[in-house]
Amino acid sequence: MHRFSLRTLLAEALIGHEGWERQWRSPEPKSTYDAVIVGGGGHGLATAYYLAKEHGLTEIAVLEKGWIGGGNTGRNTTIIRSNYLYEESAAIYEHAVRLWEGLSRELNYNVMFSQRGVMMLAHNVHDVQSLKRHVYANRLNGIDNEWLSAEQAKAFCPPLNISPHMRYPVIGASLQRRGGVARHDAVAWGYARGADAMGVHIIQNCEVLGFMRGPDGAVTGVETSKGPIQTQRVGVVAAGHTSVIMARAGLRMPLESFPLQALVSEPVKPVFPCVVMSNTIHAYISQSDRGELVIGAGTDQYVSYSQQGGMHIATHTLEAICELFPQFSRLRMLRNWGGIVDVTPDRSPIIGLTPIPGLYVNCGWGTGGFKATPGSGHVFAHTIAKGEPHPINAPFALDRFRTGRLIDEAAAAAVAH
Amino acid sequence: MLLITCPYCGARPESEFRCGGEAHIARPPQPGNVDDTAWADYLFYRTNPKGVHAERWLHAHGCQRWFNMLRDTASDQVIGIYAMGESRPGRPKT
Repeated sequence: MHRFSLRTLLAEALIGHEGWERQWRSPEPKSTYDAVIVGGGGHGLATAYYLAKEHGLTEIAVLEKGWIGGGNTGRNTTIIRSNYLYEESAAIYEHAVRLWEGLSRELNYNVMFSQRGVMMLAHNVHDVQSLKRHVYANRLNGIDNEWLSAEQAKAFCPPLNISPHMRYPVIGASLQRRGGVARHDAVAWGYARGADAMGVHIIQNCEVLGFMRGPDGAVTGVETSKGPIQTQRVGVVAAGHTSVIMARAGLRMPLESFPLQALVSEPVKPVFPCVVMSNTIHAYISQSDRGELVIGAGTDQYVSYSQQGGMHIATHTLEAICELFPQFSRLRMLRNWGGIVDVTPDRSPIIGLTPIPGLYVNCGWGTGGFKATPGSGHVFAHTIAKGEPHPINAPFALDRFRTGRLIDEAAAAAVAH
Repeated sequence: MLLITCPYCGARPESEFRCGGEAHIARPPQPGNVDDTAWADYLFYRTNPKGVHAERWLHAHGCQRWFNMLRDTASDQVIGIYAMGESRPGRPKT
């Protein structure tokens, strides 16, 4: 792998940047691998990266139906935070934030992780109680989160409107200063480049059509659009299409897939210093380094794989944005798109074993998977390599829907469902 | 936004309706007699198909009546609407 550094940049400058190699290869699939990852988004690529790096598996294929990072990895609003309520969630999201903090150096790839602070607004008594409960629970778990008055919130984010004459006035906020944003595409590309350098095969335009099973029911391979591949271990990381893939293995999942929308404005000069979210009036907003305001809308109310949501959902969010930030009301929106998110009944992910030996699943991240990308890949790689979950993802087993040991993060998952 | 034809009121915008999720999920008649797997399947597991989906809708800001709808989840096209209690068109009553 051609490492990126000031020296290589200068050396390339001297030869007209002709010497840069492709960041990952596009190999034809081999007939056999030690492990196959289904889904080449951030989570799948991170899984392959950590399988190769920490568990010594190098005969790995990542199979991607489209192009890597083209699903929810390239469609989300890139918000990173770990202020979830329960210990189990705190552990996994904080694991991810700690990996984020060293990720650019780890991957030798600038993922542009910027810890500019994530502020969540309270508009009523219930919000105050809920957010304060999260602040206290987070602090008990060693996660930074603090309570701000409306005036303190405005001091942290000057564009914020805290007028008492708003329909839903801001009466306080919680702030996780270590939260922030990252460059979503760079995360997929950085993991792909790192995994490829360790021998992982990244195979795009290759859809998994079915599973091959042995006499004991265990997975022995996958049927793909590029032919059959033998393997004893398959990790499905297919986000919104997990139910579709798992149905090909004969499994039903506790998932429903909904379109989730986001939109960006025309680019403007730096006007917005942090991330602001409001669960109650449903808005979240930050500014990308290109200057676009990145705005997240909600999910549609019905199951859909159409990757486009209803216009009224985006309108609703823009109304809330214009109430909180009246100065943005004349900005034009450049693009609006949807991604398909797989939502679990308790709004927590499923990472672990399935009833089929050799088949592992990492899904159910719902509306908030991007922030967990490094942590999710790290513990899922452990799960696939060892055949048993890492202590961090053990509570997120598929089996919890049978035992009833749910991890109810409906309040911390910011998007209203 | 979907245009939904309420069987009682006619075509109305989706914002008048509330989606009630997958249709034809029967509560086990004797919950005490089913095991945890069957109960979990009833409570949490869903078909979530990419294709034709049978789902319940409520005309919440209208007649407040429930009905069933067949919709293609890949295209969001509404395929058919039928009354609560009727079995899914093209399938035997279960």
